[in-house]
Amino acid sequence: MIVRGEERIIVQGITGKQGTFWSGRMREYGSRVVGGVNPKKAGTTHCGVPVFASAKEAMSAGGFEVSVLFIPPLGVRAAALDAIEAGCKKLVILTEHIPVQDVMYFLSAARANGARVVGPNTAGLVTPGECFAGFMPAFESDIFTPGSIGVISRSGSLGTLICLNLVQQGFGESAFIGIGGDPIIGTTIRDALITLDEDAKTDAVVIVGEIGGAMEEEAAEYAASMKKPVAAFIAGSSSPAGKKMGHAGAIVMGNKGTHDCKRKALEKAGVQVLATPSDVGRAIAQALA
Amino acid sequence: MNFEEHAAKPLLVAAGVKVPRSLLATTPEAAAQAATELGPVVVKAQVPTGKRGKAGGIKTADDADCARTAASEILGMRIGEHTVERVLVEQRATIVREYYAAVVNDPASKNPLVMFSIEGGMDIEEVAATKPDRLRQLPVDIRQGLDHANALQMLAGLGLDGTDAVADLLVKLYQAYSTNDAELVEINPLAVIEDGKLVALDCKFVLDDSGIKRQPDISLSGAPEKLTGLEARGQALGLKYVELDGDIGVLANGAGLTMTTMDVISHHGGAPANFLEIGGEAYTKAKPALELLLDNPRIKSLVVNFCGAFARTDVMTEGVINAWQELEPTLPVFFSVHGTGAKEARALLKERMDIVPYATMDEAIIAAIDAAGRRRSAP
Repeated sequence: MIVRGEERIIVQGITGKQGTFWSGRMREYGSRVVGGVNPKKAGTTHCGVPVFASAKEAMSAGGFEVSVLFIPPLGVRAAALDAIEAGCKKLVILTEHIPVQDVMYFLSAARANGARVVGPNTAGLVTPGECFAGFMPAFESDIFTPGSIGVISRSGSLGTLICLNLVQQGFGESAFIGIGGDPIIGTTIRDALITLDEDAKTDAVVIVGEIGGAMEEEAAEYAASMKKPVAAFIAGSSSPAGKKMGHAGAIVMGNKGTHDCKRKALEKAGVQVLATPSDVGRAIAQALA
Repeated sequence: MNFEEHAAKPLLVAAGVKVPRSLLATTPEAAAQAATELGPVVVKAQVPTGKRGKAGGIKTADDADCARTAASEILGMRIGEHTVERVLVEQRATIVREYYAAVVNDPASKNPLVMFSIEGGMDIEEVAATKPDRLRQLPVDIRQGLDHANALQMLAGLGLDGTDAVADLLVKLYQAYSTNDAELVEINPLAVIEDGKLVALDCKFVLDDSGIKRQPDISLSGAPEKLTGLEARGQALGLKYVELDGDIGVLANGAGLTMTTMDVISHHGGAPANFLEIGGEAYTKAKPALELLLDNPRIKSLVVNFCGAFARTDVMTEGVINAWQELEPTLPVFFSVHGTGAKEARALLKERMDIVPYATMDEAIIAAIDAAGRRRSAP
């Protein structure tokens, strides 16, 4: 799940406040935003691109490869289905607080149509020097600069801090894959890890995980088979059990989803698990030395 | 959002699942009256948590006197973090067999998972671990739903009498799950009673928090989350705040960064006082957020840790500075500011508070631990 500079992007919900702001930033950075969707403003031009009534209309008008959704929670299911039915194969869903049964519904439709979904509740994808899709500060060169480290993150803010640390240590990123903080998401850590393992521009991977669920454990199974070094930071070691820590997916239930369980699984797979984000750059430098 | 048994069962009934007759009581006398009307009963503590039986919160009673005694023992009891304020007085059924049935959101398959076991009354994880042959699990494509034929197929080979009735029950249970935005709906035990009918003797229902907005009616029956006074205030303000027992306040943006700030405080030998996130839409709430932090009497120093992605750090920092100058706290504060708008945020801090943020989060945190006077170990 890496977004490429040549891929054409539409923004569903382009006319809203965030859609407008981030469509502008994406275009400035080089993302090929070719259109937007808002049924009420179809036929107008917004952020310098045409606005369509639906993703299907945008597809027949000229086509696109990626859709980024800036849509309120209860509207996402219909908007995602529109994009999937239009033939879009890459959806980036930023919205937080989508009912989980809606998420499972459009993920099922995506699977049936061969579409990949990133998110929900993600800050998006960045391919430094090429483009970005979402609301990450790709344009801040002390955070994102072209390089060879792939970063997978359940959190936008923490992923940003990790990238900053990598750049401070003299690295750059081949790709940032924000997978999202919800309990059920389209692209898991394992999926993103496979993508980065197969990516020729990536030499090492950093996993930015957190407590809750079993995604880190699943990813560890794959990491054990990788030649590229993998380091990880897992947030939530000091969080109490039974409380949702900001993200819907970040909750320890009984003895499930604990930091300890994730750390042990990753370490067993040869992944270095760090105690503070500040150690990430150094660990990658040692691993690649 | 969790539901107590008495609030969960009506959702099953609406889907066509049978439950025993019952009455809710808040006093021993009311429990006695209920038993007079119902005959032999079970008196059950109503708290939104499991393990009620093990805690002594479920007792049988053959008559009104016994029900009064049972209720007086159960009311006021502590179960987990809850105090029992209500009991459900339920007509006792003659149980022939006990099963387990549930539908739950399953992150592994990204589908609803229907589960059925012929070992009722047991913890399902224990069944999965020790008697996996007694358990059936079926991931359902949510776009198709669960039909009778799927349910029959799932139950094949379990040696059930009345497989048809169980399949019918599972379809109804799935309906209760899908129409109510459930995260989990579980019947344990599901009893076969004397006349062969299936009856839900208990029900656990968890409403998806993201579904509350479109389930306004049923969400009124949910159990309010157990919150401290400060947490309740935070929730009312729309802030994600969790109170902890340490003395170093945390104000950060984004769930991951806020948790990490707590982790790094612990890593360097300190103890975080809270989780408080003001990123995203909440960055305009700097003043109430700061008030919330300051009203925790344990707090001795404060770490402000911003890393801008979606949320701009200069906007968040300006909010904190404005609030700080209005409230004029005497608490020592330590800033770490990176990401979008960090240059402007640093200039604002220098100009208005004469503060230079620390170069790294770790340095800001170590300084805050020192200021709280409780650093236990060197990094």
